[in-house]
Amino acid sequence: MAQMTMIQAITDAMRTELKNDENVLVFGEDVGQNGGVFRATEGLQDEFGEERVFDTPLAESGIGGLSIGLALQGYRPVPEIQFFGFVYEVMDSISGQMARMRYRSGGTHTQPITIRSPFGGGVHTPELHADSLEGLIAQQPGIKVVIPSTPYDAKGLLISSIRDNDPVLFLEHMKLYRSFRGEVPEEEYTVDLSKADIKREGKDVTLIAYGAMVHASLKAAEEMEKDGIDAEVVDLRTVSPIDIDTIIESVKKTNRVVVVQEAQRQAGIAANIVAEVQERAILHLEAPVLRVTAPDTVYSFSAAEEVWLPNHKDIIEKVNQVMNF
Amino acid sequence: MKHVLESVESQFEMFQILNENGEIINKDDMPDLSDEDLKELMRRMVYTRILDQRSIALNRQGRLGFYAPTAGQEASQLGSQFALEKEDFILPGYRDVPQLIWHGLPLYQAFLFSRGHFHGNQMPEGVNALSPQIIIGAQYVQTAGVALGMKKRGKKSVAVTYTGDGGTSQGDFYEGINFAGAYKAPALFFVQNNYFAISVPVEKQTNAKTLAQKSVAAGIEGIQVDGMDVLAVYAVTKHARERAINGEGPMLIETLTYRYGPHTMAGDDPTRYRTEDLDNEWEKKDPLVRFRTFLESKDLWSEEEENKVIEQAKDDIKKAIKKADEYPKQKVTDLIGNMFEELPVNLQEQMEEYKEKESK
Repeated sequence: MAQMTMIQAITDAMRTELKNDENVLVFGEDVGQNGGVFRATEGLQDEFGEERVFDTPLAESGIGGLSIGLALQGYRPVPEIQFFGFVYEVMDSISGQMARMRYRSGGTHTQPITIRSPFGGGVHTPELHADSLEGLIAQQPGIKVVIPSTPYDAKGLLISSIRDNDPVLFLEHMKLYRSFRGEVPEEEYTVDLSKADIKREGKDVTLIAYGAMVHASLKAAEEMEKDGIDAEVVDLRTVSPIDIDTIIESVKKTNRVVVVQEAQRQAGIAANIVAEVQERAILHLEAPVLRVTAPDTVYSFSAAEEVWLPNHKDIIEKVNQVMNF
Repeated sequence: MKHVLESVESQFEMFQILNENGEIINKDDMPDLSDEDLKELMRRMVYTRILDQRSIALNRQGRLGFYAPTAGQEASQLGSQFALEKEDFILPGYRDVPQLIWHGLPLYQAFLFSRGHFHGNQMPEGVNALSPQIIIGAQYVQTAGVALGMKKRGKKSVAVTYTGDGGTSQGDFYEGINFAGAYKAPALFFVQNNYFAISVPVEKQTNAKTLAQKSVAAGIEGIQVDGMDVLAVYAVTKHARERAINGEGPMLIETLTYRYGPHTMAGDDPTRYRTEDLDNEWEKKDPLVRFRTFLESKDLWSEEEENKVIEQAKDDIKKAIKKADEYPKQKVTDLIGNMFEELPVNLQEQMEEYKEKESK
């Protein structure tokens, strides 16, 4: 075991897969000699050469097309989109093309591509860096969307994503890159892409969260414990498709649910969770399922992040409403 | 500034071998094709013209779905494909079904593509191609990737793609040729300039005098070819392919051509935006007419031979339509089954649901 930050765990996962499979290629803007704008690919080009880890021209759509074409030649591309706000440039390659390839070709062509991209607020980035746009891709059939919240999950989920023979979007929350260290095995291991993880067991209310909101939920749970509320925190880990079984099992135990996301209320994937819960477990609910989200405005100017982003206090407030319904 | 434009444009004069009267006007660049090759090229062009006529008729009878007419573009489409090898990978646009057929896609599958059946897109083993791309420009960025993949694998093959004149205005068009250029990847980018993108004339796409000169923006070779001259298209493609597999990078090839029919069979009426005079002018340039004259002058072609091809084409088409008719209908469980290698839980549930429905 080693103590790693999430970004170190991500680098470690890519190194593991570059070593394991000669078809793995890592590329994007500044991921080569520079080692990535967040150092996620640091040292990889030196270790594996420019044939395996390389820079691209500055064009996201071209990077998407490059990935698709390389996959058609039997490679396992791991492209990077520098910030996920730039996904709009490459929406066609992701949603219009790679996610559909297996289906449109009746299984004759596949796209084992893992798109890595940072997102997420709380670090005062400039415009269109921090936006939570996972909801857009979660609506596209044919691609999985993975969002880790811990170094351990990040490594195991990224190795699983790279090995998956269908496209995966792997979103990395910038605030979680270096904010804490966690135990990460040095050897290779995988974390199942179809499984949520109960980060804290509880019996009074279920908090369903992902990304940075997992930590906000854990913090809220800790504070609420003092008031005698025992919250269960479910970390989705994969936001599309979602692990329905784990969610419903928890709901049946606690009978109360709050879904927590950093994205705006009209975005993200919280509404989908609410719909699944009400379809499958309405008779187990003591209260409506409430959501903690950002307001339905454009992502905040950086100096307003503190008042705009949802935090543990917002979660406690919603839990109190659910408990006192 | 005017001077700069003129000097750029002068670099892109149209390359031609066979004139409208079927005479060789450029002996130096005459490709090395055997008599049998020349006849095969003519057979394919005639066959494809008949395929177009029959496809339009079948579409009108409701026996085909989406169809983008190809008459007029035979030299551009087939002259280029004829210069390829089996291991080359084609990324066609929606009008480029003929190239796929001559690259190995069975005719009945091309008809299933038109009707909207996934089996039409299931490339047989060894047919290196994607099914026709509907998103204009997407095939260009993907081609850069396929070509880079070939280069990395050390293959002696090329990735080949086609778009139209309108498609040169897309961002993906530029990104595709620029990426291929930056990686010196073995890619052939065809622009089939038939002067209209649905109703919009090429002058409304760009102020550039040629589309071939757009290669300058990527720093790659570009050439404008008479797209009604099958020998010129073949010769240029052959040359571009050799350059590419020798590691000299991609090439942009503009073929000047014309579609005699509408944009697609989905209600487009070209009389709204094209004059009869223009149509007549291009009729004179018909690639079949001029190549027929050339072959006849060499005693390589006869009416009898042509009729044989026509009968063969009609017979093949009849059989292919029948085979397409007999192919099993699609079920939702087929569509679900084609989504992922391993079905996620939501699709597992829906698979069960539809299995149940389909068993009733």
